[in-house]
Amino acid sequence: MAYNCVVLIKQVPDTKKITVQAMNDDGTVNRAALPAIFNPEDLNALELALEIKDKFGGGITVITMGLPAAAAILRESLYRGADDAILITDIKCAASDTLATSYILGCAVKKLEYDIVLCGRQAIDGDTAQVGPQLAEKLGLPQITYVEELLELADGSITVQRNTGGGWQHVKSKLPVLLTVTGEANEPRVGAARKMMKWKKALTPIEVEKQIKAENADSDEQVVVRLIEKKCSELAESGLLIKQWDLDSIGADLNWCGRSGSPTKVHRIQSVVLSSKGSKTIEPDEESIAAMIHELIEEKTIA
Amino acid sequence: MIDVNRKGEVWVFAEQHKGQLEDTPIELMSKARGLADRLKVKLAAAVLGRDVGGLAAKLVQYGADKVYVVEDPLLESYQANSYCRVIFDLIHKYKPQIVLYGATAAGRDLAPRVASAARAGLTADCTDLQIGDHRSGKNGDLHKNLLFQIRPAFGGNIIATIINYDRWPQMATVREGVMPVPEPDMTRRGETIVEKARLSRDDLPLEILKEHKRAKKVNLKAARIIVTGGAGVGSKDNFQMIWDLANCLGAAPGATRAAVDLGFINRDHQVGQTGTTVRPSLYVAVGVSGAIQHQAGMSQSQKIIAINNDPEAPIFQVAHYRIVGDLNEVVPRMIKSIKEKY
Repeated sequence: MAYNCVVLIKQVPDTKKITVQAMNDDGTVNRAALPAIFNPEDLNALELALEIKDKFGGGITVITMGLPAAAAILRESLYRGADDAILITDIKCAASDTLATSYILGCAVKKLEYDIVLCGRQAIDGDTAQVGPQLAEKLGLPQITYVEELLELADGSITVQRNTGGGWQHVKSKLPVLLTVTGEANEPRVGAARKMMKWKKALTPIEVEKQIKAENADSDEQVVVRLIEKKCSELAESGLLIKQWDLDSIGADLNWCGRSGSPTKVHRIQSVVLSSKGSKTIEPDEESIAAMIHELIEEKTIA
Repeated sequence: MIDVNRKGEVWVFAEQHKGQLEDTPIELMSKARGLADRLKVKLAAAVLGRDVGGLAAKLVQYGADKVYVVEDPLLESYQANSYCRVIFDLIHKYKPQIVLYGATAAGRDLAPRVASAARAGLTADCTDLQIGDHRSGKNGDLHKNLLFQIRPAFGGNIIATIINYDRWPQMATVREGVMPVPEPDMTRRGETIVEKARLSRDDLPLEILKEHKRAKKVNLKAARIIVTGGAGVGSKDNFQMIWDLANCLGAAPGATRAAVDLGFINRDHQVGQTGTTVRPSLYVAVGVSGAIQHQAGMSQSQKIIAINNDPEAPIFQVAHYRIVGDLNEVVPRMIKSIKEKY
């Protein structure tokens, strides 16, 4: 029995690389100064889908909502073994909070056939872990969050081990189901050379447009349009045109997208400047350390 | 989605497991009490389960004016679908203005599902909550007395204050261990409201086959003193020094993520954004560089001693006692002088 998996992925700034240089003067983070990476736990979600495909067969579709540059992680997914990739990109997606994001992703996933929807537990830019459960609600699916191991997949049911914070549970659900996958679940594979050779030429229509425009800067507009169409249809014929959807094409109600679909708003952003008041420098010699200990005992910090 | 209503109560989802209240909703009560007082509305707790009516009195002692109790055999074990349905129904009926959840595994599983069903806003993992005013747009409307949902973002590098002014309830999950546990007041009296669950078997799509609660060997949150070792300690063998210093101080041993990743000690001891948030009387950071993610979990400690051979280490920015030196010399000297005093 084969299973169709849909994996939701996100391109994120590598927050581990934040330095003073990556901060704007107003205390906000300059995203452009940070490398954009495949959200780590989304790689674990993809790996789990690949393990299911390796064992049982079926197809994997990866979806991301983001800027045109997010096509990079779609290609990375194809290198690893995904079969199909979809970029949802639309200026009207901008400023979506988790609720609006899950609505948009829900509209897209509803257009596909699936048995299992997989997401990473959370993305490292927001660390909210909200989109998975919200998407499950939008799709009317049961959710199993914090999946750390696939135990069984048979007869239209899946059994997994999930982390419950202070322990674990073995949970069984009928398909279809939505899973959110933790970093402990597996060791994501790297891309395969042969797949890389094949898929590195895969482009989204917006990338084709950018490429052709750059190559034909002096050409007539009509000519450029025809060249874009030609290149797109060539890519499509060889299966190398990455699907690109906007909010109209997934039938999303704009009231529930972007800023208007997002109940949460940012009131204020502050950069973290942690500092202590009245700090003392203690010399590392025996006498100074003994004096510090004495002081802490006197004030009953050490009982 | 419910409309903005200034009379709405402040609610806390009182998570329980097998009839025992979790720590986090209790921690939430004193903060929620303050919010309710500021808004001049009632503070209510919502408790769901099979046989949980007895918890109502306890929740009142911790500060609730009212407790909504929903008992049903189908609510015996937590499941997102069933709990979401019940909470959603309660929200629709009573229209609270604020609903708070502990950011536990269950809270972070449940709250987003409720938010999606209610089409309401939700902020994850808040470390502080306040009441304040917000002006939308440049010369926009003034929204008074909103819930300021304050949380670290971007790996702890920024602190964001999130609000929602047009679609309520205002909901947030709150990190474990960031708020002090209130003292119960045995003399407090409150009101209990019993509600029925509208559930069928279909609301329980999951079968929980097996469950295991891992006994936490260390309770960092309860420790008065914590001695934390970082990657700078160098090796698992050398980490014995952290245990020794902790022992003579009656402290709990902690670790940074780097030290845990290097295998010096197990993950239960990890302090920081992805570990436990602590606020002890004394925090001793040994060989800890002080990554912002680590600081997010310990900077509220009352006194901080930092020992590091790098004078530029960020940990020194939050330390009250800064010791620049070789930890292999400093820690034994500390142990020696503590032993001499007792």
